[in-house]
Parts: sequence; structure tokens; C-alpha cells
Amino acid sequence: MAVKWLPRWFFQLASPRWCYQITGMLIPWFAVVSITLVVLGTIWGLAFAPADYQQGNSFRIIYLHVPAAILAQSFYMLMALAGAIGLIWKMKVADMVAKSVAPIGASLAVLALLTGAIWGKPTWGSWWVWDARLTSMLVLLFLYLGVIALNSAIESETTAGQATAVLSLVGLVNIPIIKYSVEWWNTLHQPASFKLTEKPAMPPEMWVPLLVMVIGFYTLFGLALMLRLRNEILQRERRASWVRDLLSVKA
Amino acid sequence: MAFESFADFLNMGGHGLYVWLCYGLGLLIVVANLLLPMQQSKQVIRELRRRLRREEGSA
Amino acid sequence: MSNQQTSFAKLFVHTFKRDLVLAFRRKSELVNPLIFFLIVVTLFPIGVSPEPQFLAELAPGLLWVAALLSTLLSMESLFKADFDDGSLEQLLLSPQPLFMVVLAKVSAHWLMSGLALTLVAPVLAVMLFLPAEGMPGLMLSLLLGTPTLSLIGAIGAALTVGLRRGGVLISLLVLPLYIPVLIFGSSAVQAAITGLPLGGYFALLGALLALALALAPLATGAALRISVSG
Repeated sequence: MAVKWLPRWFFQLASPRWCYQITGMLIPWFAVVSITLVVLGTIWGLAFAPADYQQGNSFRIIYLHVPAAILAQSFYMLMALAGAIGLIWKMKVADMVAKSVAPIGASLAVLALLTGAIWGKPTWGSWWVWDARLTSMLVLLFLYLGVIALNSAIESETTAGQATAVLSLVGLVNIPIIKYSVEWWNTLHQPASFKLTEKPAMPPEMWVPLLVMVIGFYTLFGLALMLRLRNEILQRERRASWVRDLLSVKA
Repeated sequence: MAFESFADFLNMGGHGLYVWLCYGLGLLIVVANLLLPMQQSKQVIRELRRRLRREEGSA
Repeated sequence: MSNQQTSFAKLFVHTFKRDLVLAFRRKSELVNPLIFFLIVVTLFPIGVSPEPQFLAELAPGLLWVAALLSTLLSMESLFKADFDDGSLEQLLLSPQPLFMVVLAKVSAHWLMSGLALTLVAPVLAVMLFLPAEGMPGLMLSLLLGTPTLSLIGAIGAALTVGLRRGGVLISLLVLPLYIPVLIFGSSAVQAAITGLPLGGYFALLGALLALALALAPLATGAALRISVSG
């Protein structure tokens, strides 16, 4: 399908070889930036940001919980988007991106759930509360697990890529519906419960480190994605001549 | 600095267990997400190279 | 144009009839989800408590969960037989729009599973001491909700049709997507018991059904093409 309005690099990305090279160049930069940001954000959030007047120091879990939750959601979107691109333009790299994102996103959902649960203990007094956000995050994890299970159940790589793309798109349509319905269900059963992260405007001393952490997490897990993607490219392109050349030179 | 001393920092106003448990888990997941693909990369390269040598040997 | 419309309708009716006839030939597949529904509902008084008051409180959610599970159980067979004997491949190769074929197949399937569940549900509701005021809410919410369950389930069935062990996988794929229907369905029953207005719940369930009707056959068709070609 010839599409004129898309930039050239978009189609260059379709070439596994080009993608392998460009990620190889990007990885060191991402490593430096992401580790700097995450270390900075962690120290800032843990030691320098002021304690919350209600929750005290347990509030500092926010600097881990919120970035993990945001990334788990945006990685699902990325997975569905990459799957759609793979379906429409038959782009192999997009398929590989979608496959590589899934386990990372699932691990982030697990992190968001665990930190949410641990945070709940000092705040609500129990390890698990059927709070709207935690429940939708749990459902998001289920969606991730479904995608991963389907992908590993189908042997042919192209079929698996296409099938998971359809599933993740269906999931993407459903996420807002699930979110809305869970929130609605929650207000029905737990009126006026104490929300973990809904605060009346955080002061800058609190949200600036949070922003640093969010950006740091994006770059850090972008890095993790590139590492996985490169393995995937090598494995699927093992018969291509450039991979053979690369391997024989490296030896 | 939001804390008086290092002990205060570790204690986190009585919530030390929760905060440090969270950050420990965070570290674990971050490290796993970086190290596992790196390890896998070594494995993939080794495996592909072996395959290549086998093909060259038979050809 | 009108010619084309009549042929769409014909295609729908033809597929629908064919599936119904086939379904009636395999009666066990018709009855099994209903028996499953009955057994699951029976397990709860035995496993938890037979006390009427407690069961009445549990009943709306329990009936909905059991209906959802038995719909899911019946989904696996939706495309299986057609896949096994090759007629699915023929359907995909034919010039007829897949959307209509899928819609007809799901409708026939719903008639055999969802509608049957809706009709059996009041009996089980009585066994669970659901107050009589809840009955219309239960029946109507199931009537509006089970087609959505069938439509979403069809996507999962299409994705797993080529796999040998699709049974557990399909529930993994589909159950999370069932959550909104479960929430609105069981809330409708609860609202009916407490005498609250039901219009909003039915509007929401209807909206979900409309969305599923528009999108699920598309996704199912795409999934079938992928599964069969792969």
C-alpha cells in the first residue's frame, strides 16, 4: 500500500536490518539518560521530596507506582498500535515490536499491582482493596497475559503476530469500557473510599520528581524494549544474509 | 532533605517496610527487564553462530 | 442495490438455518452448557451456605457469573465443526461478506445458548431465593447481555479455532473482556431487587450490544482468516 503522507523513516523502520542498526546506536544513549533520570528521580523522591501530610512517608511509593501504572497502560497501546501497523502494512518489525512489548508491559502491570497493594497496607489497613484503579490494573494484566498466552500457543510466527494483533486491538477498544465500568462498579460498592493518588493538586516539590521518574521509566523500558526487539530480529531474520555477515564478523 | 538522619531515612516514619519493599521489587523488575534480554542475546548469537558453522561445514 | 440487500438477507437466513439444523442434530452440545449452568449454581449452596437470606444476596452475581461461564463453555464449538470438515475454509473463500456469515452463525449460536440460559435462569433464581421483584431484571439483563457475550466470545473462538488445545486459552482471552457486561448485568438485577429504576442499566447493556454488533463480527472475520490461513 503506497501512502505518501507518512515520513520516509517510517518505512525505513520496516527494514529489520535498519532497525537493528539504529537501535544499536540508540541503546548507549538510552542507557545513560534513563539510568541518570531514574537514579535522580528515586533519590529525589525518597530523600528530598516532602512527606505527604496525610499519608506520611508511605506516600513515597507514588514515585514507583504511578510511573509503572502509566507505562503499563501506554505499552498496551503501543502493542496494539504496532499490531495494527503489522496487520495493515504487513510490516515484520511492527510484529516483532508488538511481541517484545507484551512481557515488559505485563511485568510493569505486576509492579503497579504489587506497589499498589503494599501501599494499601499502611493507607487502608489491608494488603488488597478492590479499589477502581487496582482492579482495572488487574484486568489490564489479564489482557496482557491473554495476549502472551495466545502468542505462545500459535506455532507459526506470522500467524501468531497477526492473531495477537487482532486480540490486542479488541483489548484496546475494551480498555476504556472496562475502566469506566469498573469505576462505576466501585462507586456503587464503596462510596467515598480513600483514593491513593487522587490529590488536590500536588505541590511542585512532589510532582517534579514524579515527572522525572515517569520520563526515566519511559526511557528505561524503551531500552528494555530495544534489547528484546534486537533478539527477536536476529532470531526471525536468521536466514537473511546481513545477519550471517554480522555473526561471522563478530566472531 | 526531608530526613534528620540516615536512620530516620531508613525508618520512613514507621513505613520503612512498605516503602523499601516497594523499591526492592521495583529494582528487581527493572533489573530483570534489562538482564534477561541481554542474557538471551548472548544465547541467540551463540545458537545462530553454531547453526551457521554447521551449514558451512556441510556445504 | 435492493438486489444486493436481499442477497445479504438471504445469506444471513441461509447460514442461520444451516447452523440451527446442525445444532439440533448434535443435541448434547445444546444441552451441555445448560447442565453446566445448573451444576455451577448448585455448587454454591453446597460449598458456601444453604441459608436463604445469604443465597438471595449472592444470587444476582452468582447467576450472572454462571451464565457467563456456560456461555464461554459453549463458545468453543462455534467454529470447530466447520473448521474440522473444511467448510469454514470454503466460507472464507466464497465471495459472500464474512460479516454477515459471522453474524448469522453467532445469532444461531446465541439462540441455542444465550436464549436457552435466559429461559432457564428463573428456575435457578427460585432455587437461590432471588426475590420475585428481581426476576424481570434478571431475564431482561440476560436477554440483552448474553448476545454481547456470544459476540465477544466468537472473537476468542475464531482466534483459537486452529489450535488443538484452545479450551483453556479461549477463557483466558475472553473472560477479561466480559467484565463490563458482568458488572452492568448483575447490577441491573440488584437494582431490580431494591426497586431502583432499571432504564439506565438496560441502556448501558444495549450500548455494549450495539458496539459488539458493529465491531465483533469484523474482528471475528479477521481472526478467522488469520487462523485458517496459518
